[in-house]
Amino acid sequence: MDAILLQILNGLDKGSAYALIALGLTLIFGTLGVVNFAHGALFMLGAFCAVTISKLFNLSHKASEPSGVDFLGNPKYEDVLYVEDWFGERLGGWMLDWSVPLSILFAIPIMIGIGYVMERGLIKHFYKRPHADQILVTFGLAIVLQEVIKYFYGANPIPTPAPEMFRGSFDFGAALGFDANTIIYPYWRMVYFVFSLVIIGGVFAFLRFTTFGMVVRAGMADRETVGLLGIDIDRRFTIMFGIAAAVAGLAGVMYTPINSPNYHMGMDFLVLSFVVVVVGGMGSLPGAVLAGFLLGVLESFASMNQIKSLLPGIDQIIIYLVAIAILLTRPRGLMGRKGVMEE
Amino acid sequence: MTKSKLTRRGLIRTGAVTAGGLAMPTIFTSQVWGQTDTGFTNAPTGDTVTLGFNVPQSGPYADEGADELRAFELAVEHLNGEGDGGMLSTFSSKTLEGNGILGKKVAYVSGDTQTKSDAARASAKSMIEKDGAIMISGGSSSGVAVAVQGLCQEAGIIFMSGLTHSNDTTGKDRKANGFRHFFNAYMSAAALAPVLSQLYGNDRKVYSLTADYTWGWTQQESIQAATEELGWETITDVRTPLAATDFSSYMTPVLNSGADVLILNHYGGNMVNSLTNAVQFGLRDKQVNGKNFEIVVPLYSELMAKGAGKNITGIVGSQNWDWKLENEKGDRYAGTNAFVQSFGTKYGFPPSQAAQTCYAQTLLYADAVNRAKSFNPCAVVEALEDFEFDGLGNGPTLYRAADHQCFKDVVVVRGKENPENEFDLVEIVEVTPAEQVTYDPEHPMFAGGDLGECNPGA
Repeated sequence: MDAILLQILNGLDKGSAYALIALGLTLIFGTLGVVNFAHGALFMLGAFCAVTISKLFNLSHKASEPSGVDFLGNPKYEDVLYVEDWFGERLGGWMLDWSVPLSILFAIPIMIGIGYVMERGLIKHFYKRPHADQILVTFGLAIVLQEVIKYFYGANPIPTPAPEMFRGSFDFGAALGFDANTIIYPYWRMVYFVFSLVIIGGVFAFLRFTTFGMVVRAGMADRETVGLLGIDIDRRFTIMFGIAAAVAGLAGVMYTPINSPNYHMGMDFLVLSFVVVVVGGMGSLPGAVLAGFLLGVLESFASMNQIKSLLPGIDQIIIYLVAIAILLTRPRGLMGRKGVMEE
Repeated sequence: MTKSKLTRRGLIRTGAVTAGGLAMPTIFTSQVWGQTDTGFTNAPTGDTVTLGFNVPQSGPYADEGADELRAFELAVEHLNGEGDGGMLSTFSSKTLEGNGILGKKVAYVSGDTQTKSDAARASAKSMIEKDGAIMISGGSSSGVAVAVQGLCQEAGIIFMSGLTHSNDTTGKDRKANGFRHFFNAYMSAAALAPVLSQLYGNDRKVYSLTADYTWGWTQQESIQAATEELGWETITDVRTPLAATDFSSYMTPVLNSGADVLILNHYGGNMVNSLTNAVQFGLRDKQVNGKNFEIVVPLYSELMAKGAGKNITGIVGSQNWDWKLENEKGDRYAGTNAFVQSFGTKYGFPPSQAAQTCYAQTLLYADAVNRAKSFNPCAVVEALEDFEFDGLGNGPTLYRAADHQCFKDVVVVRGKENPENEFDLVEIVEVTPAEQVTYDPEHPMFAGGDLGECNPGA
């Protein structure tokens, strides 16, 4: 029982990342009709926003007096952080500790800007082109973006820890009446799960309860008619692209304490997120979220020793097996709409 | 007047006899390699000789590859008499005088292995066929090393491997043209076992996670054998996909398994992520069976320690070499400081163990050519086999003829609690002497391999 609870918890945080990326993907597909293979790169760029902010907060100058010798035996000058110079040791130290959550404030405008430039500068030229062309150009863009990041940040993972107060883990076992230390779950993963629910809820509320969202939903249903009413639907869809980029970016920012980010992390999530979108139903926002959590939990269960001893290697293929099964029985995915990608 | 009896047939016969006579000394002394400079692949004809450095320039080990390439460039500089000479002055063999190799200036080309066997073979092939490389070196993966070693054997080229730790490289996949300076999984386990016993006792239960490919398998087999000999019990070993990034679902079963030690047979990004996940799940703070829960990472590297950040604190593992070795353990490791000085002055930070092994391999190859007085691969093989040397930073070392594996001391390290600077990530716990990590060439973990005959190629 405790093992099952643990795997459900594991699946939820993994599913959170899948759901957030898939939500942005299907949002772009639902509005612009573009299959965006660069979406994983947006997740990665978000993570590197956190890395950049952390590095900026760690900018320093050398102390005026040497305090020892360096590894070559030359005089060594201690690094003095600018944030501690400018904001004092206490506030500066707090900023360093909370650099990941603080990165959200910077990541939102940066990611919306990147999304806007990406859509206006490249992707809009491929609206009328076949999906194969869109996949090729966005996949190429993803490779370019990850190589740019590798050039500046290297290939090695960069540790970006959570704030001190979230570094431990919570003993669910003791809280639920099981033995102590049987169900332990890291605080930051809980934060990530709650954060993803807030973002997903925010996106749904934005689309459901704002005039802008209503126009976008109308445009998703019938773009031409909305256009004929004199509404500049293209501009709104461009903004939606920026919002989808921000959602992926925020998912990346908050993911950095879970696994040290590297330039390749977007690609690791991209294929799985596409499977999530297809299983959920192309263009379906609730479908993407549902499939994200479902596949995350299934993937966790497939990693259990008992399952792996019965079906070796199942943890590596479970998502694809489920995708095949669902597409055979429900070709439009779990919550897919009729007519999407069927012309 | 005499009439010449020179006929066309006579001229051919006389010419053949004369040519045979001239060739006679070489034919009868064909084992004296110094007198042959042809008859092998890419025999250098001009005043330069080209070496091929095949390192990961893209992919997950690109940073390690960049460090290897820095070391190769430094080695070439030193061989050509530029810079401060590095370990040329401390190397026990004195044939390297800064005038290239056999008087030929050293040039080099580089290739990108991408840490993929097919890409690594393609780049090595290109360097051999298009650039005329006479030796290939480098790499950060055992899969790549085995693949490129096989190619070099077929092509008649010497392969001086870079970072490769699988037992197979000098075990079942050993080749006459291939040489490994880096240590291997068996040696890691043999070096770690006494230290683990001393630190954690002889009554431990182990849960291990193993990367599901050749290196992971041999590492797991080696550490399991070594720890079980101590009296430790292996509860279970779980294979994890090489492409895995989040190991949380593999961590949770550890909590209730009854194990009090987790061994992570992971390297690179796998290791950074699995260790980070293990620490996040509070394994380091747990008490099991009345003992502190411990994590062991058999193969360490500085870049991994950097990637794992504070999570590496207190974690024990092994290394082929460490830049602090001579300062902390004395003159036995002469060469270390010379190399660190040279590398640090040029690049601004201390070299990694991958850099040291690549630098040493280049010098060892050049020295072997000089001693053999020939670039012929079979002459080089003969010069390297059972070659004993010192002064390259690892202490007295033997290049064993039976399997072309180097035997030297192994460094046992632990993630440092309070690093003094960004380079001071690990502390040396112990240096296990070479005798304790030496094994029979036909040890079961290395059995089934055959060096075969050296291949000079063309």
